[in-house]
Amino acid sequence: MRSVLTIAGRQFRSYFNGPVAYIVICIILLTLGFFFWKTFFLFGRASAREMFRWLGLILVFSLPALTMGLLAEEKRTGTIELLITMPVTEAQVILGKFLGVLGLYAVLLALTISYPLSVSTLGDLDWGPVWSGYLGLVLQGSAVLAIGLMASSWTSNQLIALFVALTLSVFFWVLDKFLALLPTNAASALQWLSFDYHFQSMARGVIDLRDVLFFVSVVVFALAVAFRALEARRWS
Amino acid sequence: MSDVMIDARDLTKQYGTVAALKNASFQVNRGEVVGFLGPNGAGKTTTMKILTCFIAPSGGTAQVGGADIFEDPIAVRELIGYLPENTPLYTEMLVLEYLQFVGKMRGLRGAGLDARLRRVVEETSLGEVIGKSIGELSKGFRQRVGLAQALIHEPPVLILDEPMSGLDPNQASEIRELIREIGRERTIILSTHNLAEVRVTCGRVLIISQGQLVADDTPDELAARAGKPRFIATLKQNGHSASEIREVFSVIGDAQSVKEQAGGAPGELLVEVVPKGNQDLRADIFQAAVSAKLVLLGLEQRGENLEDIFRQLTTGNGGASS
Ligand SMILES: Nc1ncnc2c1ncn2[C@@H]1O[C@H](COP(=O)(O)OP(=O)(O)OP(=O)(O)O)[C@@H](O)[C@H]1O
Ligand SMILES: [Mg+2]
Repeated sequence: MRSVLTIAGRQFRSYFNGPVAYIVICIILLTLGFFFWKTFFLFGRASAREMFRWLGLILVFSLPALTMGLLAEEKRTGTIELLITMPVTEAQVILGKFLGVLGLYAVLLALTISYPLSVSTLGDLDWGPVWSGYLGLVLQGSAVLAIGLMASSWTSNQLIALFVALTLSVFFWVLDKFLALLPTNAASALQWLSFDYHFQSMARGVIDLRDVLFFVSVVVFALAVAFRALEARRWS
Repeated sequence: MSDVMIDARDLTKQYGTVAALKNASFQVNRGEVVGFLGPNGAGKTTTMKILTCFIAPSGGTAQVGGADIFEDPIAVRELIGYLPENTPLYTEMLVLEYLQFVGKMRGLRGAGLDARLRRVVEETSLGEVIGKSIGELSKGFRQRVGLAQALIHEPPVLILDEPMSGLDPNQASEIRELIREIGRERTIILSTHNLAEVRVTCGRVLIISQGQLVADDTPDELAARAGKPRFIATLKQNGHSASEIREVFSVIGDAQSVKEQAGGAPGELLVEVVPKGNQDLRADIFQAAVSAKLVLLGLEQRGENLEDIFRQLTTGNGGASS
């Protein structure tokens, strides 16, 4: 466990030594601000629902930029060799990397708290849905990050990792948007696989164990695949 | 724990259709510094990656300090300090930050970590760059950071892939000294392309060629095994042709071959005389020169050197004279 935390800590700090994390965080906050205040000025209302609606979408598009290098860059530069030949298992490496980027994501989420705060100064704010919305963001974000880590384990090229991760996470987000075109059976199955479907119910303030389990299983699955990919290196 | 620290048996590695390593077996004892030699692509790096459990062999196995690379890779890695080829480091980190990270990964904490840090920084002379980011360092300094991270947990086994590349002569001799020092009680395998290096640092040499071990000996034994003495006479030319001079020395009964050598100063001629066995021909050469009224400016004896042996063993046409 110590090794996991050491790897996570290094990964977390290294984000602040390079430009990518700052750029991604700035873009996320600016885009969110733009959409959030646009609705406010156009319709004269601001709600936390509005923030979650936009943030859920923005994160699906932007988080893969934080995960693309996690393993791909270590493979490209060769640092993976020094990391793996320390007394750690592949599972600890994967877990450490995941916790490292999750830490950065937590910082990002903490920075968005200014939105519900400003809403609460403008009028009455029901904090219940805010907290459940944040839980939803944590869960959906974890799933996107785990998928990004998985994509990063497949290649030594960051851009390929970014592209694959984007494709996968956007695909799972968009799944419930075309349901009207499909027969009911297929529609409900697809809906159940959609990130947004599970996330939106949490953003409304409903915490359903099934939604939580859905995201947790996505995370576990993606991390397991990444672990396998990292391990496969030994036998190539 | 026995004295055999590294025991490699029948290591084979197949990359697709490329056989990088074929049935390589060797042992290294505690307190040995072993030089790993071989031409580019011979399989040195592959062997080291197998020993550090970064890749698995396709056949055979190895034990490090009694732990098997398949059964207990973590125990193997704990015993090893590893410097991979090309020294891959996190360039965005500061030197100190990086060494602290490696120390923690190696289970060091608090005062113990600080003490070890201070020690390796001193041993590898990193003091002046400790606060710099690794990406800003020159190649030689990066190499030293690589060495420092390999040494930080005082590993009983060190595996160093071309540790001297990029070091300036002063630093190289310091590191050489350090390796000899460490090698007294511990076990070191280092690969290099510098043969002179091997003579001074390593007690034993493993030569690998096209994935196969072709020699396992001390540098001196190796030189003695393959080599005969040669005698180089420097003569004043005085209008004699090279063939006339060769003629003069061909009369020596124990001479196997007489050859002209390049490299003489103007007006001088170098002749190499190789004996049939291990005879000392210096007296005969002197006599022959005197009776032919040739002026002998110099006469030296040379053993066959490591370069020649290396060439013979790794080019497959062993024995062909150059
Ligand atoms: N990942 C890989 N995939 C395919 N072939 C590889 C791989 N790594 C090494 N090889 C091949 O294995 C052989 C041995 O390579 P290795 O790196 O062990 O040589 P080396 O002795 O370290 O050479 P050098 O002195 O150039 O460092 C070479 O033919 C190389 O092309
Ligand atoms: Mg090599």
